[in-house]
Amino acid sequence: MDWVNAIVQGTLLGGLYALFAAGLSLIFGVMRLVNIAHGDLIVLAAYLGLTTSVALGLHPLAALLVVIPAMAGIGYVLQRGVLNQTLGDDILPPLLVTFGLSVIIQNALLEGYTADPQKMDAGALETASFGFGGLTLGVLPVLTFAVAVAVIAGLQWMFYRTPLGRAFRATSDNQDIAQLMGLNKAHVFGLAMALSLAVVAVAGIFLGIRTSFDPSIGGGRLIFGFEAVIIGGLGNLWGTLVGGVILGVAQTVGAKIDPGWQLLAGHLVFLLILAVRPNGLFPRVDA
Amino acid sequence: MHDPILGIRDLDAFYGDFQALYGLDLHVDAGEVLAIIGANGAGKTTLLRSIAGLMKNGAEQVRYRGQPIGALRADQIAALGIALVPEGRQLFPSLSVEENLMIGGRTGRKGPWSLDAVYNLFPILEERKAQASTSLSGGQQQMVAIGRALMANPDLILFDEISLGLAPIIIKDIYAALPGIVGEGMSAVIVEQDITKALSVSSRVYCLQEGRVSLEGASDALSREDISRAYFGIA
Repeated sequence: MDWVNAIVQGTLLGGLYALFAAGLSLIFGVMRLVNIAHGDLIVLAAYLGLTTSVALGLHPLAALLVVIPAMAGIGYVLQRGVLNQTLGDDILPPLLVTFGLSVIIQNALLEGYTADPQKMDAGALETASFGFGGLTLGVLPVLTFAVAVAVIAGLQWMFYRTPLGRAFRATSDNQDIAQLMGLNKAHVFGLAMALSLAVVAVAGIFLGIRTSFDPSIGGGRLIFGFEAVIIGGLGNLWGTLVGGVILGVAQTVGAKIDPGWQLLAGHLVFLLILAVRPNGLFPRVDA
Repeated sequence: MHDPILGIRDLDAFYGDFQALYGLDLHVDAGEVLAIIGANGAGKTTLLRSIAGLMKNGAEQVRYRGQPIGALRADQIAALGIALVPEGRQLFPSLSVEENLMIGGRTGRKGPWSLDAVYNLFPILEERKAQASTSLSGGQQQMVAIGRALMANPDLILFDEISLGLAPIIIKDIYAALPGIVGEGMSAVIVEQDITKALSVSSRVYCLQEGRVSLEGASDALSREDISRAYFGIA
């Protein structure tokens, strides 16, 4: 039963990783941008959530109402003001610029909030649990997983059923021809980054309720997000959820064998899958 | 003599250090079908890309309805009513047939063209509307590319080598559909390798050679010899 428990808890943890990954997957899919600052933006969202909930006396989940639009706005401005200028045939400039952005965000957070670990106070939600078939499940992990599924389903629906999703796919296929259809790619990319950071806002708040955080942890969240995206297959949103779950399960099972193995087990499974299936488990089939 | 809907003056175009167009002058009259012929590399596609906003031009080098549009972005030019059917069709592979058509209509311009109108023109597309655009035959893909441009209800439509790589019978079908398309008060520019086809559907023709206009005239007034000379540059 302990092993079943580890697998179930790992699956739920995978929901959080899928939230880390979904925004990365989205912008890579639309504009082939690898956002090195993604993890630090998650941490920024957590701090924004902390400040909002403390200042307004809100529950951290209620702070989402403020943090989601704020992060989306930051995303749009960031894309149009900075990142669009780096996009082109060369993939190096966006990597360098987002790396620099990562350093800037980390240091700004250090200045603003110090290096002390912080935590959001979500009250009873943090410790609430319920029994399920002999297992004890935390309400928060289950909620996180459910939100991850809802976010991915929502993104999937947006991508394949709405005019905005059509614009994203067309721009991803061929930027010049999309522009001929009257799509301003600078604006389309801005919207994609806004959406990506809206998901980052959700990821940041759930991270901040689940564990304590400090300005330095962004890099680790970026790695987990990357691994989930790569395991699932680039550009496949449901694959990203599966990737997050595989990573989460590998970590909890690894920790079960030996607590020191938690992170290592996740990375090993990632490397193994990369070696066997370099394109991930469910690569997008391009014509 | 009408006012031209499109006027091009002293247009240069570059790909890096390579110059593709040299001081080109050209105009399209409202409601006419203009053909542009010339050998490979003469600058025909570059000319259409310049008009559509995919090349960097000076504002005054391209004027549309009297407005300088040379420096506008392609999406702004599309909103003004210029649509391009690009060489090689260039459909969006991630989009279904119907989605390709719908994205063509996103400029929201009013006019006779809608999904229904395109399906009337090319009934086969309605049967295939849910399929991936890449699963269609070349001719059907060309119909989608034409339909996608029409969905924008353009006033000026640019066709780049619409017969390239298609079977002769398909080319005949597509050209048979042209009068129904351009008859609606639209102006058209047709870039075509097949000179006979180009002359038969157009009222005027320009021949390009190495980035310059080598011949211009009414399609029914030019002799074969004139065209050969302008086409190949044989004196």
